[in-house]
Amino acid sequence: MPGPDKETDLTERIEAFLFDLNRGGSGAGPLRGSAETARETTALLRRITAQARWSSAGDLMEIIRNEGRRMTAAQPSETTVGNMIRRVLKIIREEYARSRGSSEEADQQESLHKLLTSGGVSDENFRQPFAALKPNVIEAINELLTELEGTTDNIAMQALEHIHSNEVIMTIGRSRTVEAFLKDAARKRKFHVIVAECAPFCQGHEMATSLSKAGIETTVITDAAIFAVMSRVNKVIIGTQTVLANGGLRAVNGTHTLALAAKHHSTPLIVCAPMFKLSPQFPNEEDTFHKFVSPHEVLPFTEGEILSKVNVHCPVFDYVPPELITLFISNIGGHAPSYIYRLMSELYHPEDHEL
Amino acid sequence: MADAGEPEGPERKDDIVKAKQEGKELTKEEKQRLRKEKKQQKKSKEKKDDKPSRDSEKEKKPASAASPAPQTPTQPPAQKAPSAAPAPVPVPASETPSAADKPAKSKAELKAERRARQEAERASKGKKGDVGPQAAPGKPKAPPSELQPVVKRLPEHVQVDNPEVLKKLAKKLERQQTPEYNAATKVKIPLRSDYGYKVSLFSHLHQYSRKAPLTQQLGIPSTVIHPAIVRLGLQYSQGIVAGSNARSVALLHAFKQVIRDYTTPPNEELSRDLVNRLKPYISFLNQCRPLSASMGNAIKYIKKEISNIPSQCKEEEAKRKLLNCIDCYINEKIVLAAKAIAKYSIEKISDGDVILVYGCSSLVNHILCEAFEKNRKFRVIVVDSRPRLEGREALRRLVQKGINCTYVLISAVSYILPEVSKVFLGAHALLANGYVMSRVGTSQIALVAKAFNVPVLVCCETYKFCERVQTDSFVSNELDDPDDLIVTRTGTTQLEHWQEVPSLGLLNLVYDVTPPDFVDLVITDLGMIPCTSVPVVLRVKNVDQ
Repeated sequence: MPGPDKETDLTERIEAFLFDLNRGGSGAGPLRGSAETARETTALLRRITAQARWSSAGDLMEIIRNEGRRMTAAQPSETTVGNMIRRVLKIIREEYARSRGSSEEADQQESLHKLLTSGGVSDENFRQPFAALKPNVIEAINELLTELEGTTDNIAMQALEHIHSNEVIMTIGRSRTVEAFLKDAARKRKFHVIVAECAPFCQGHEMATSLSKAGIETTVITDAAIFAVMSRVNKVIIGTQTVLANGGLRAVNGTHTLALAAKHHSTPLIVCAPMFKLSPQFPNEEDTFHKFVSPHEVLPFTEGEILSKVNVHCPVFDYVPPELITLFISNIGGHAPSYIYRLMSELYHPEDHEL
Repeated sequence: MADAGEPEGPERKDDIVKAKQEGKELTKEEKQRLRKEKKQQKKSKEKKDDKPSRDSEKEKKPASAASPAPQTPTQPPAQKAPSAAPAPVPVPASETPSAADKPAKSKAELKAERRARQEAERASKGKKGDVGPQAAPGKPKAPPSELQPVVKRLPEHVQVDNPEVLKKLAKKLERQQTPEYNAATKVKIPLRSDYGYKVSLFSHLHQYSRKAPLTQQLGIPSTVIHPAIVRLGLQYSQGIVAGSNARSVALLHAFKQVIRDYTTPPNEELSRDLVNRLKPYISFLNQCRPLSASMGNAIKYIKKEISNIPSQCKEEEAKRKLLNCIDCYINEKIVLAAKAIAKYSIEKISDGDVILVYGCSSLVNHILCEAFEKNRKFRVIVVDSRPRLEGREALRRLVQKGINCTYVLISAVSYILPEVSKVFLGAHALLANGYVMSRVGTSQIALVAKAFNVPVLVCCETYKFCERVQTDSFVSNELDDPDDLIVTRTGTTQLEHWQEVPSLGLLNLVYDVTPPDFVDLVITDLGMIPCTSVPVVLRVKNVDQ
């Protein structure tokens, strides 16, 4: 019977994915980029939709939510996993509503009018079975996958609108999005890039070698020199790990200093972030916001006797408040940080914010 | 011209009267025009032979009334020449005989007069209160104060992109040889060459490689440079002696050794010869590693002390005096200053404080150790940065004392700052416009501390105050070996072959400047002052000396 085989196959895949997630967060930089994680998550969710046993939309959402909780628990800092899960849940809701014939659009917005007139919990338990739901959902997930494939190219296409000739651009660490962005602009314009190396992992070195091989004039500086050279920089373009619900960032450590220096010199700070990095979390969770890795990176074991008497911290992420950011460039265009909340309400349903 | 208006007014009136008497009616504009023409003629003539022309014009003056103006320019230089006291004493003397035999003049005499006149003018230009050259009309009479015009020469180490300057430096180094040694062993001080691709923004600065120290180009035995200085230069260039206090103290000790081994050559005065002897040493050290502001001040002090040695002083006594002076300097400016600063700073450290320090500053470490001995309860966060990682040294010293320490890299400073109550920073130099020049990364820490509203205190001795002004970290800085940035992580060295990639550059800055609005307080041995009071302290020190 194909059923149990499919199921075991499915659980195997899920377990393998969870294992990968667990291992990938060891701190030596992501072993895979966020785009890859997003794609794999979506592919896995599509497989779950296709192969798991469910009869109504509510069942499917329950299954996906459970799996999603396990996945986010495996690697809490990898927020793209959670984001994709919420997107798929929204897709399911939409498809269900479309099958039912009602327009879900109006219900999405929690307007004050809605709150006053709804008069109680809306009776949406998604229990009605629809035959066409499965292929519709799978088709929608396929669309989502196509969108994910094209995000980097979409962002890179906008490069020429933002970079002019003879500019000095500063960036920090390594972001594949920013790399593609700058390389695309370099095809037509000549400019200079300064890369801050971002200790202790020094991912800036990889970025610099890759950019210089594409013919861009690159300079590598240490993190300590960020403020010193900022006066000659025209723009700061960075990538990020997550875009938070208030428009702030969770980015690699050192980004907050970079943003403060840019603000002091009134240099615009541009963040290249695809839509799948947008997360409905807020930055007020003290315990879960920061992620730490082995302090061996900062103070190696060769230092010997003093190690036992010293506290060493090696945080991976930094919080950047939205006031320091000038512009977000995503695959659907450019936005101000104050617009992020609208985008979020279009991407995710408010009930899915807590998985 | 304006301040010569007084004496020339009445004369002009006389001329006008004369002109009127002779029937010529010159209007005001015509007079001004004439005056200007004569001035320009004067300037061009002065270059060749103005004395005869002046005389001829003087003689013409009573004859022709159409030139009231030339008298006016002639009067001020004639007045100027006697008023400029030292050099032009021979000038009037030479003027009088030349006035007698005006047409028949030999070229040599003309040259001598011209030179004397130029010296007179240069001497008079030096005093601001004098009449400026005639070509500068309307200069207001500046009070003859002690304010020297700041016509400074740009230091060589920020003109690397100018090939003429480099040629001049090479010639200067060749010339700096002590004459008494065997002329056959003409060992000159070598010129250190730059290394690697320099980032275009910094092409005006030197960039040396640590693997090619200057001492490799010296022969053995190096007869020109004292071995203590050679050792010191090597220690500087390899980074064995680092930190502005350490470098100054090492420099002064090396100079003490030089003075001990010095013998005055016959027919020479110690005060002049020793200063000349020190010049090549200083050039050599400058080539090994650019001198710091504190070293510059120490050298100025030593040179002054040496020049002030009276000529009748015996050599032994003079040497003893100099050694004593140097010891006093070290004691006062560094050791006692550190004690005073520690005393002031301990008032600022309260129980339960969390203090953030950056890198390894001997003064800040001293303060923290003193405060710990006085039983203040605090803990320290040491922030460090690549590639020097000096914070580890500070960490070791503090942990040995028993202070509770935390250690992070500079990229994590915005994570750790919410816990911090005060920031203590050391300085390399304090500039006259209130900017703090210190290790690269200091300004960044001050910036983030300001954003989190944490007070920033800078500790600096007064001998590090310098009269330079600077607004950014580009115009005057030091570029360290770019290969230091290369690091091997997880088995791969990304930047190993950076020289082969044409568009890749590595930048290893050593210093940066912190604007005064980031700094809340500067603690010096004179007390606790705001950053903007640095020029006041400098003025007070200058008056004292």
